[in-house]
Amino acid sequence: MSKAPSGDSPVHLRLPYLGLALIGGTLGTAAREAITLAFPSTSGIPWAIFAVNVLGAFLLGVLLDALARMGPDEGRRRRLRILIGTGFTGGFTTYSALATDTASLLGEGRVGIGYGLGTVLVGGIATWAGIAAAIALHGMHHATVTRRTVDAPQSGDSL
Amino acid sequence: MTALVFIALALAGGLGASARMLLDGFITSRMSGVMPWGTIAINVSGSLGLGLLTGLVGSQILSEAWQLIIGTGFLGGYTTFSTASFETIRLVQERKWATSLVNALGTLVTATAAAGLGLRIGGLA
Repeated sequence: MSKAPSGDSPVHLRLPYLGLALIGGTLGTAAREAITLAFPSTSGIPWAIFAVNVLGAFLLGVLLDALARMGPDEGRRRRLRILIGTGFTGGFTTYSALATDTASLLGEGRVGIGYGLGTVLVGGIATWAGIAAAIALHGMHHATVTRRTVDAPQSGDSL
Repeated sequence: MTALVFIALALAGGLGASARMLLDGFITSRMSGVMPWGTIAINVSGSLGLGLLTGLVGSQILSEAWQLIIGTGFLGGYTTFSTASFETIRLVQERKWATSLVNALGTLVTATAAAGLGLRIGGLA
C-alpha cells in the first residue's frame, strides 16, 4: 500500500516511460520526414525510406547491445532504451511505408520484390553490424580500462 | 508542407511510438514462446492502415495533410523496422534459424499483403 502504484505496474503502463517513448518517437519521426523531404524518391524507388530503415536498424543494434553489456535493464539504461530505442529509432524507422511501397511496386514485378526483400536483408546485416560495432567498442573500452589499472601503480611509483 | 503540418506529423509519430509500446507490452505479456507477436501485429495492422489511407487519398476522400499526419506521422511512428530487424537477428544469435526466417519473411509478406488489401479497399471508396 505504501508503494507508489506506478512502481508495481508493468513498464509499458508507466506514464513516465510512455512519455519518453513519445519524446523519442516525435524526434525520430521528425528526422525521418526531414530526410524524405530532402531526398525525394527517384525512379519510383523510395531510397530515403530504405536508408532511414537501414540506418535505424544499425543504430538500434548498437544501442541495445551496448546497453545489455553495461548491465540489467533498469534505471538510466532502461530510460535510454525507451527514449532512443523504442522512441527515436522506432519512430525513425517504419514498416508501414516499406509494406505500402512494396505493395505498390509489386505492380512493376521484380522492383517491388527487390525493394522489400532488399530492405529486410540489408536491414538485417545493418543490425548485425551495429551489434558487432557495440562489441568492438566494448572491447576497446575494456582494453583501455585494463591498461589504465596496469599502468596506475607505475605512474604512482614515479611520483 | 507547412510548419504546422510538419510539427503535427512529428507529434503524431510520438503518439504512434507510445501506442506501439503500450500494445507491444500488452501482447508480449500475454504470449509465450520466441516469436515476437507484438511487433508482428503492430507492423501488419499499421501497414493495413497506411494502405487504406493511401487508397483513400487516391480517391480524393482524404486531404494530403491528413495523409501526412496520420499516415507518415502516426502509422510511421507506430510501426517499426528497427525492432523487427533486431528481433530477427536475436533469433539468429539464438540459432533459431527457422523462426528467424519465418519472422523476417512472414512479416514482410503479411504486411505487404495487408497494405495491398488496404490500397484496394481504399481505392474502391
